[in-house]
Amino acid sequence: MITNFSTSSVRTGIKRKRFWDQSAVANSFFSIATTTVGSGGASDITFSNIPQTYTHLQIRAIFSTSVSERSVRIQFNSDTATNYSYHYLEGYNTTVSSSAASTIAYGLIGVTPASTTYPGSCVADILDYRDTNKFKTVRSIAGGDPNALGSYAWFASSNWRSTSAITSIKLYPSSGNFNQYTQFALYGVLA
Amino acid sequence: MPASNTYESISSVTLSNNSTTVTFGSIPQTYTDLVLVIVAKITSGGLDMFVKINSDSGSNYSYTQLYGTGTSALSARASSQSIGIAGAVYASNDGVVINQFMNYSNTTTNKTWLTRINVAAATVSLITNLWRSTAAISSLELSSGNPAGTFTSGSTFSLYGIKAA
Repeated sequence: MITNFSTSSVRTGIKRKRFWDQSAVANSFFSIATTTVGSGGASDITFSNIPQTYTHLQIRAIFSTSVSERSVRIQFNSDTATNYSYHYLEGYNTTVSSSAASTIAYGLIGVTPASTTYPGSCVADILDYRDTNKFKTVRSIAGGDPNALGSYAWFASSNWRSTSAITSIKLYPSSGNFNQYTQFALYGVLA
Repeated sequence: MPASNTYESISSVTLSNNSTTVTFGSIPQTYTDLVLVIVAKITSGGLDMFVKINSDSGSNYSYTQLYGTGTSALSARASSQSIGIAGAVYASNDGVVINQFMNYSNTTTNKTWLTRINVAAATVSLITNLWRSTAAISSLELSSGNPAGTFTSGSTFSLYGIKAA
């Protein structure tokens, strides 16, 4: 298994940062915080005061929403301006489709199935989250199957057009609330 | 920063002979998520790779699969299956499969996992799976097809645990 590796710039010969393929393990993956929604549900989940000591962040989550078949949105540093864009590709039941949006107020990291009982899940990577020289990019795999129609296999890329280091993350459904037992866990990855 | 790494190896299997099944039993309940990384081939053809959780053969599994064949992007799904999907294996070249079993050790939610498949000679795919049980996952039995095909010698199966704060 390739865990991580380095590359060199063809133009400059400079050694670059190591890539990470979601399976790097040796002393490089740390839990930052976890939130589990209680019996009353929650309109959003926010991670604040994110330490600036890692290279990448990963969000691992299971979720269901009070209104089914909702997207899970993401915002950074309380920025609600139209500084985000995304693309996604999805398998919805037996139909494949793709969509994109730009100059909007949120990114996307997941989608919930047609059920308020059976959860969806996602693994989302936020790359170079504290690099002040580049806009921030999120990649996500997600989906949910309710043992019925209304199922998704879904992956996406989102972009936040800011060079600010990410210090807080807000996650919320496109409508309704997160249900009880929804859980979002935030991890830091060292390269 | 937490004092310790939270992504740890639980068990790893490298087949020394061809085998129809690989089982991870007595999985520790001390993590939040499991990650199962597979690099495998089979002796002939190409097949789905199946997983039976906690020896459950009831009709409690379902999945939705987004995949590319090389000429088309397709989606498929199935409900109330007697076994789950944990990847795909082909004879043509080693495929890489990463399964993310989410919140496997809790006993309040039905279990879901995401499967990413990369087989250069055959397909790329993302599968979302459901096991309709709130039981903690304590064992995973993998098989290479139904009826069973045969994983080739040298195939590797690595199970990791991730612990949330």
